[in-house]
This record gives sequence, structure tokens and C-alpha cells, in this order.
Amino acid sequence: MLLWRYDALPLLLMSLMYFVCNRVEYDYYKYHPMSEITSWMEQLVKDHPDVVTIVKYGKTYENKDISLLKIGLNTGKEKKAIWMDCGIHAREWIAPAFCQYFVRQILQTYKTDAKMEAMVKNMDFYVTPVLNIDGYIYSWASNTTRLWRKNRSPGPSDCGCNGTDLNRNFDANWGTVGVSFNCCSQTYPGSKPMSEPEARSVADFLGSRKDSFLCFLTIHSYGQLLLVPYGHPNYTAPNYDELMMVGLGAAEAIWKVHGKNYTVGTSPDVLYANSGSSRDWARLQGIPLTYTFELRDKGTYGFELPEDQIQPTCEEAYSGALHIITYAHDKTFSGAVATSAVTLWTVLLAAGVTGATLM
Amino acid sequence: KIMRIIIILAMLMGVTGSPNGTIRPQAASADTMAHPNCIPEAADKTEKVRKNVMATGELNPNHYPARRAAQVVQHYLNTRYGSPFRLIGVQKVHSANDVADSGRKYQLELSVKETISNTTENCSAELFFPRGVEQHSPKVQASCEALLKIDTKAQEEALYQEYKRNQSLVSAQNLPDSHGRIAPDMEPFWQLGILASSFIMLNESNENTLYNVAQVANITQLATEDDQLKFDCHTLLHDMVSQEIIHWKLLFTWSPPEGVKVLQMEKLPHRHEQEEPPNTN
Repeated sequence: MLLWRYDALPLLLMSLMYFVCNRVEYDYYKYHPMSEITSWMEQLVKDHPDVVTIVKYGKTYENKDISLLKIGLNTGKEKKAIWMDCGIHAREWIAPAFCQYFVRQILQTYKTDAKMEAMVKNMDFYVTPVLNIDGYIYSWASNTTRLWRKNRSPGPSDCGCNGTDLNRNFDANWGTVGVSFNCCSQTYPGSKPMSEPEARSVADFLGSRKDSFLCFLTIHSYGQLLLVPYGHPNYTAPNYDELMMVGLGAAEAIWKVHGKNYTVGTSPDVLYANSGSSRDWARLQGIPLTYTFELRDKGTYGFELPEDQIQPTCEEAYSGALHIITYAHDKTFSGAVATSAVTLWTVLLAAGVTGATLM
Repeated sequence: KIMRIIIILAMLMGVTGSPNGTIRPQAASADTMAHPNCIPEAADKTEKVRKNVMATGELNPNHYPARRAAQVVQHYLNTRYGSPFRLIGVQKVHSANDVADSGRKYQLELSVKETISNTTENCSAELFFPRGVEQHSPKVQASCEALLKIDTKAQEEALYQEYKRNQSLVSAQNLPDSHGRIAPDMEPFWQLGILASSFIMLNESNENTLYNVAQVANITQLATEDDQLKFDCHTLLHDMVSQEIIHWKLLFTWSPPEGVKVLQMEKLPHRHEQEEPPNTN
């Protein structure tokens, strides 16, 4: 006969709760603090070990690891790649939310959607959910820090303020336009190009791999814009026409989801001139399709976008990003399809001519 | 046998086709968007030419000069037509013209949206940014009477009566909060904060600014002897161009017949956390 031990009940209940809690779905439609995002990343690797790995590629000023999720099927070969980063600016909370959603979408669809399966086979996706980790954590600290933008490195010794605008710190026409050398300013570009560890981490990681990257998407808010390089009004990207065409296609894809208008153009045209942005740096490295996404809204809530808008914002942005990524993929890979088809055709023609029996 | 080969070849032709099937030729110019809601209405070619003024050119409605000008018109419209239940946002600039004068004059055709009822109206506006040594506020003329047909009188009266009668004075902070939340009964005060801020944003705007209210940090009702409701308000403005958050303090009154009247406004010094940042681990 089974003796039921009452003192085992609490242990049993706790185990049950532990199991249940670990199986609770991650809520992609709430904002998550950094600790939860880190746990989420680790859980993803456990749940999808065949396609997801975490790569730590640098340290923030406060010595925290900057990590990305590498998503792709392991083919044993060197692969083409897509880059996405979120949260360069601390207060733009919707951006990290989107990176998380984006990853979830890929993982949810690649097994059933043939196109996504092909893309995950042919390419690796490198997604950094939060780049400016110190700033993001700081923006969670209290009501008074919520609207922080920069990183948390100290200013010059004679400065009473700290923080550098990471999106003005990259080595791309650094310090020329759209910056203020007042170290208290929100657009302070740092003491010199790439002075900031967060910017250097991106540059170091991408620099050696730049030829693999087809696409560089950097996610921000707010404004509902798709910005193409360059931020300096005197420079035009060599593939400006292509960038605009694909950008307009992405904006149309976005509009189809929830009717939101995203304006497409260079920063100096539609927003303001700027320099030292990650997008410009990526384009200068030769990555052909580089875009800055400025997500919802247009100023009503601004940086403090309500959580009930996370889902629709992510859905439309995903559609836009996917348009660009698909274009990049098809440009590179359907060419390969054509080549193999031509080879096959030649073989068959030769076989036909020689009268060889194929069937 | 040959037929089979021909069929295979035909199939291969179909498969290879165009490798760039996802590219759709964009008929519209690079600056417009090729879908119904976003194609700007054809610029009115028979536009009124004002006396003493020569048009210097049509502006791209998607580019920043027209967008910034439209934002100023939005602030003006809120000061003129706004209420705790009627908040106006510029939805789209259809056309813009830049007219040379002793400053910069814009003529805009825009559609504006009343954010609560979700109705959209077309409006015309003229905006003048004066130039000179002294910073002057922009001057706006806009005809947008259609916005007034959105009737908010009953709600305004109800709000007014509730807070006039109330023994305790309302006070709210962080509208919206860090997660974008606003308690439903605090929404009218968030709107009031935005309306009052619109007076500041209008005054402070120039061709190198683009203002939005980032947050109403504090709105506190004050006791009054007269029939107005009176508020002390601390608002955070975001200027998109400089990316700065600018703190302002306001004293204003409101009642349904009078609307918002700003009594005092004061820019607060550029605050930076002088204290040590909280332990963020």
C-alpha cells in the first residue's frame, strides 16, 4: 500500500510550479528588462540548439557582455549573413522588443515555410537584441532615467555629464554634421571615432566578416521612417536607387499590415543630417543594403509606446524587414538556381543531340 | 524521347524565369509611395498667388522642411481647436510651397486627424518663420473649421463639473509612464498637458526644430476662486532635431468656454544627473 507522505506535498507542488513556470510562454508583447532578455536568449539556445547559438562579441563600458543570437542551419560552409541590431539608443524600448519578435518569427516559421527554410539554410541571421546594454538598464532604473539615450561611459574629465551617442560614434564622416561637441548633449559623438566599446564591438565583429553580410538593419524609434545612407547631405550611396526601390517596397509591405505610413529617404532629406551612424559605417564597409528603421509612433507617445502597440508595430516592421531580407537573399541565391538550371539544360541538350537514352 | 527532353527544357525555362521576381517596377518617383493612402494628391496647379509674394518653389512633402512646418501647424491647431477630448495630429502633407519673404513662408495642404474620434479633415495652412537677430515665434494661419464639427461639449462639461465640484484636487504624474500606460481617468489631463505644451511648442519652433511632448511629468490641479480650472504642469518636450528633452513648467487655466489659457511658462535649466546613477545591477 502506498503511504502518502504529507511532507512531500510542498516539494511536489514546488516542482510542479517550477515546471509550469519554465513552460510559460515568453510574452513578446510586453517590455522586458535586460535580465529577462538575457534569460530568454539562453532559453532559445536550449530550445533550438540546432539553429541558435549565442555569440558574445564585446563588452560595454560597464563591462557587460554584448551578445547576439546567431540563427541559421549549420551547413558546414561559410555563409552569407544578415545583421540586425536593436537598442543602440536606450530609451527606444520598442526596438529591442522588435528584435525579440523577429527572432521568434524566424524560429516559428522556418520549419513550415519553404522560403524561410531556404533563407535559414543559405544565410545566417545575426541579431543583437540590445546593443547599448548599460543605457538600456539605466533607462529602466527609474522614472527620471527613462528618457536616457546615450551609453554610460564618462564624459571628458572637465565635463559634468556622461554618455556618448553611439549612433554618432562610428567612423563614418565622424563629427561633421548632426552632432554637438557639448559633452552634455544627446548627440555628443564621443572623444574620437569608435571611442566607445559598444561601437568598437560591432566594428570588430563585422569588420572581418563584412564580405559575408548582405544586409545591415539597425532598429530605432520613433518617427515611422526607413532611412537609407548617407547621413551627410553631400554624399550619395552608390546604390541609392536600389536602396530607395527596396525601401519603398518595404514601406508598402509595412503599410499593408496595419495601414501605417513609413516615409523612405536619406536622413538629410526626410529627417536631419547626421554623421557617425552605424548604418553609414556599414554602407562604407561595402554592405549593400543598409537601413535604419524608425518604428512607431509619430510623436503621440513617442519613446513611451504603450505595450498594446508592441504587437502591431512588430508585425508591420517584420513585414518590412522581411521584404529587404528576401530581396537580398534572392539577389544572391536565385542566381545560383539559374546557373544550375542552365548547366542541367546544357547536359540534356547534349544528351538529346547524341541520342543518349535518358528516360 | 525527344518530346520528353523538350518538356524538361520547357519546365526549366519556367523555373529559371526572372531571378529577380520580387522587384516590382516603381512607377512613382522615388520620393512618393506607390500605394493608395500615400500618393500625395496632385498639387493644386491653380494655386492662389498672393499679392506681393513670389513662389520660390514646390517642396517635397516627405522632406523635412515640409514635415517640420506641418508639425508647427499641428501645435497651432491644438492651441486653437484642441480640448481634453480633441487632440489634433498632422497625418499627411499633400503639398508644400516655400515662398521667399523676410523669412520663410510655407503654404501647406495637409490632412489632420483628430486622434480620439479618428476623423480626418483636410486643411490649408500658411506658416511664416521670421528671420532676424531676435528669435520670433512662427506665425500660423490655418483654416480648419471642419475640426470643430467634432462635438466634444458634453464630455468637456462633464469633466469640468467633476473637477470643479471635487473637494480634492487632482494630481497625476508620469503621463504616460515608462511602459506607455495612462490610467483612463487621467487621459483628459494628459491631453490638457499636451494642449498647454502646444503653446510652448508653437512659440519655440523654428526651421531647425521638431517638437513633441515626451511626457507630462506632473499635472496638479490648484484651487481657484473663479470659474476656471487651474493647473500647474511640468512637461517634457522632445526636440527630434537635437534629440534633447527640454523641461518646462506651466501654469494654465481651462474651462469649456475659455479653452486653455497659459498664465506662466518657464523653461527649467538643462538637468543632468549630477548624483551618482542608481545601482543598475
